[in-house]
Amino acid sequence: MSYRLLWWLVFVLMATPLLQLGVYAFTGGLGANPIQFITRHLGDWALRSLLVALAATPLKIIFGWTWPVRMRRMLGLWAFAYVMLHVTNYVAIDQFFDWQAIGTDIVKRTYITVGLGAFIILATLAATSSKRAIKSMGGKAWKRLHKYVYIAAILGSWHYYAMVKADTLPPLIHISILCVLLGIRIWQYLKRT
Amino acid sequence: MLIKVRKPWSLDERDVTPEALFKQRRRFLKTGVAALAGGLAGGLLSSQAFAAWPEAGDMLSGINKTAFDPGEDLTPFDQVSSYNNFYEFGTGKDDPVYAAKDFQSKPWTVEIAGACAKPGLYDFEDLISPHQLEERIYRHRCVEAWSMVVPWVGLSLADVIKRLEPTSKARYVAFETLLDPERMPGQRRAVLQWPYVEGLRMDEAMNPLAFLTVGLYGRTLPPQNGAPLRLVVPWKYGFKGIKSIVKITFTENEPPTSWNRSAPREYGFYANVNPEVSHPRWSQAKERRIGEFFKRPTLPFNGYAEQVAHLYTGMDLAQYI
Repeated sequence: MSYRLLWWLVFVLMATPLLQLGVYAFTGGLGANPIQFITRHLGDWALRSLLVALAATPLKIIFGWTWPVRMRRMLGLWAFAYVMLHVTNYVAIDQFFDWQAIGTDIVKRTYITVGLGAFIILATLAATSSKRAIKSMGGKAWKRLHKYVYIAAILGSWHYYAMVKADTLPPLIHISILCVLLGIRIWQYLKRT
Repeated sequence: MLIKVRKPWSLDERDVTPEALFKQRRRFLKTGVAALAGGLAGGLLSSQAFAAWPEAGDMLSGINKTAFDPGEDLTPFDQVSSYNNFYEFGTGKDDPVYAAKDFQSKPWTVEIAGACAKPGLYDFEDLISPHQLEERIYRHRCVEAWSMVVPWVGLSLADVIKRLEPTSKARYVAFETLLDPERMPGQRRAVLQWPYVEGLRMDEAMNPLAFLTVGLYGRTLPPQNGAPLRLVVPWKYGFKGIKSIVKITFTENEPPTSWNRSAPREYGFYANVNPEVSHPRWSQAKERRIGEFFKRPTLPFNGYAEQVAHLYTGMDLAQYI
């Protein structure tokens, strides 16, 4: 399979959860509380896309595959797209621009504060994702900045874990996967030094 | 007993989705679709989207209408019976409608225990049939800040309690849900400590609003709504409304309650609807009525302050959550 075809295949796969929402909107699949369903769905896939993006390097380390690393920008931008839609949905639909309520949430609810942190990091990384940005920042500084993606992933998982009521299994599954992905990097780093 | 089976297709006016709500839903879908429509591939249609409509229970007859009617639009049956917090059948709100599909609630017995003159094992029908069934339309406010308006069918809890003749030692009433991981698959994981338990102070239980519920929309309760017998206390958050009750105990001391045991900082014994006191992780000032786009302000005691506020005079409700 040519790389170009593979790139498009992955691109469409990453778009699937979004298309799914569109289909659900037509078929009643959003359920009795569509706004909450959309919030959760976008949040889930924001974190999952981020995990997919963070899987690129481990795939190279373990299997020697280089194609995931080459599409990392596309994967990361999908993660940001889901985060942005998640946040937009929260602000514009769930809270309907009730800035006071949003402010209270940010100040008083730790999981919202933490989520906002992840959003800011990912927005910064998305804004500096172009080739031009790499050039103007210089490769070294750019790389240092983009290491913050690890912090964003940790904050994102924390945000998820802290918002569930009693069933912590789904967030713990996501956290375990993140631990594996980060663990492989640490293992690689220790092996080298 | 009072349950009469009618043809399943014999619907009445109640089953009709209110026109305003129907239109609102259309509007919501249109905006949603406009925002989300991209190239939609037919192959993406999931099974969830085409799931069977929630099954209605058997028709109940001889129901008295009562004055308990807030005069608000009812939440349609399919939403009341497909959006449920019932962890015994899964932790997702759309889980119970599937997982409880084949749950059988006949036969059913309820154990009456503790400080009363008439303890014992009661057949469900023997417990219910001495009483007149009534329909009450109550607002239902979940602690998760969504709400519904539901036409319940049931009997006054106070009437049942009087018949069981609690003694002077009975200061609280404790309720217990069925424990049966075979029939309630959600109990195979210790998400909460099973069985689910709830309780009321005696004066709360004797308040005319407290309702022992056997049906909704004129029919027996669907399993996912707590068949065959559940509690409805409309001035409290929904989790106080314990489902599929198998045991009622009169106690001297405050009984443990499931969510309080799970997260005492977040859920108290009283759990009165209170817009002033936030849940630690979200505000309780507003709620989203199922089927509506904009949030609406939450009312103190869910709008039943006149009937119940006196129960709590002198209590700091910011402390007794």
